Amino acid sequence: MRPAGRADTDSLYFTYPHFDAPVRNAGSDDSAPVAIVGAGPVGLTAALSLAGQGIRSVLFDNKDTFNDGSRAICISRSSFQILERLGAVSPFLEKSLGWTTGRSFYRGQQILEFRMPDSPSEKYRPMYNLQQQYIEQFLWQAAAESDLIEIRWQSEVSAIADEAEGVRLTISAPGDTYEFRAAWVLAADGARSTIRTLRGLRLQGENFEGRYVIADVQMAHDYPTIRRALFDPDCRRGGTILVHRQPDNIWRIDYQLRDGEDEADAIREETVRASVAAVLTEIGYSGEWDLEWWSVYSANTLALDDYRDGRVFFIGDSAHIVPIFGVRGLNNGLADAENIGWKLGWVLNGRAGEALLDSYSPERRGATLDVFANASKSARFMTPPTAGWTLMRDAALNLALTHPFAGELANPRQMTPYTYSASPVVQADDPGFETGPVPGAALTDAVVGDGFLYDLLGPGFSLICFDPALAGQFADTDITVCLLQAGSPAAQSLGASAHSAYLIRPDGHVAGRWRSAQAGDIRAALQQATAMPKDATT
Amino acid sequence: MTPADLETVFEELALAIDATAEPKRELFLAKLALLLAHDLNDPARLRSHLAAAAAKLDA
Repeated sequence: MRPAGRADTDSLYFTYPHFDAPVRNAGSDDSAPVAIVGAGPVGLTAALSLAGQGIRSVLFDNKDTFNDGSRAICISRSSFQILERLGAVSPFLEKSLGWTTGRSFYRGQQILEFRMPDSPSEKYRPMYNLQQQYIEQFLWQAAAESDLIEIRWQSEVSAIADEAEGVRLTISAPGDTYEFRAAWVLAADGARSTIRTLRGLRLQGENFEGRYVIADVQMAHDYPTIRRALFDPDCRRGGTILVHRQPDNIWRIDYQLRDGEDEADAIREETVRASVAAVLTEIGYSGEWDLEWWSVYSANTLALDDYRDGRVFFIGDSAHIVPIFGVRGLNNGLADAENIGWKLGWVLNGRAGEALLDSYSPERRGATLDVFANASKSARFMTPPTAGWTLMRDAALNLALTHPFAGELANPRQMTPYTYSASPVVQADDPGFETGPVPGAALTDAVVGDGFLYDLLGPGFSLICFDPALAGQFADTDITVCLLQAGSPAAQSLGASAHSAYLIRPDGHVAGRWRSAQAGDIRAALQQATAMPKDATT
Repeated sequence: MTPADLETVFEELALAIDATAEPKRELFLAKLALLLAHDLNDPARLRSHLAAAAAKLDA
């Protein structure tokens, strides 16, 4: 919502583009290997991931511009690694604000300063703040440069039907209704997914009682990019407030509604202005400010039981809704998109068996359930659901004024990449390793020469090894071989000896690792990781 | 802890609870529980103490 007199996309600092509905004619191709419903950040990421594998896709979006408002503003390190693999990271790095530190306050007094894991061996910072409309704009710009991606704006899917070798979508556009055929459909159409409804599927899970208003203000506030959490502040007794800095002098104020506080009243402009003014007083800001945008949300943990329904895959908010504490909604959506993107690309290119697609739901739904476990802990601290949780939360905060150990309970559990340990396409671990990322985990970055280990990875599978003879056996395959020095910082962080090897998937997760590697083991792992028959050659 | 020490602690707890205004007594006791639990440094023993404290509350 925006102040009276301003339209939904009438921003103080961002010019929303207008996208016309496509003009179809006799030559229009109304089919594609993959149709993507929803051209938000998740849908666009999936399209770019597919394009990276040479696969054409068509996106349908019922809007005529980007999503209104800043919405999801925290992009994690693992998402920056995805953006780099998509070849789209540059504008993000240029515009966003990286951060490492958070501070928690109780009744105006700082009780905790935490730093997320970071070191010179990491190319990217743990977190970056950037308004969602920029995220969409930068991904859209990357998509516009690809011949393999077409976006049809103002185009809504009104029906979906299974056919023998694909799916038939009915598309409703201004003055035009037509059918579109795709072998596969990715539903990236958000929390109120039309595709989910049309398929008769429902999200399962629970609602937390906590409700939050998020409001953006523009002001010349002098404070570093540090996430602030204010527990039980003077201006909102019993509530919690989050303050985040965004580019363009935009500040996100996020405050909890009290029990029984009327939502309709809470989102009236005068109420939001008064609440924001009180927060600004609390943080010691007394200058001018403009109200940019606001919205309301509640903390939910909801997910589909299966992210796949035949030839339809659900990615992002259409598959799962998570509490925002810990910033996992957008970041998990991007990971969903890349996960299904490379797998579908490999299957459509004939380089992987169709069974590979069966690993999407267990891997990504597993990630969602892990988010639920962590985010539920955070949510219980931010918005205690019962008298017992409230008392213990208050006791911890109060004790933290004098005893720092209790302040650690206020440390939000931030996004970390999920380990696909139970995936059917991930190898069992080699017990010989004492450290390093286990199979299913995201590869940890390391300094290699003037750059980083991640820079050496290829678009497909990559083999990290330290033995030139082993590397030579994969010279004539499409595996990207990263031959590193034994004893180097990368070797140490991987717990690797001169004969060790790691097989890395296109999404940067470890497919398998061997303390003392044989070429045959690596070939077998590649067959498992691509769900190819055992006798297939690599 | 000797019986005399226990008696002293018992008295000090009673006095401290009385010295805390009614609306803050629960908070005071919860803080005390967290502090003692941190000092105890033994989650299993804490769990058994929780069960012991919860037993026979309606006796």
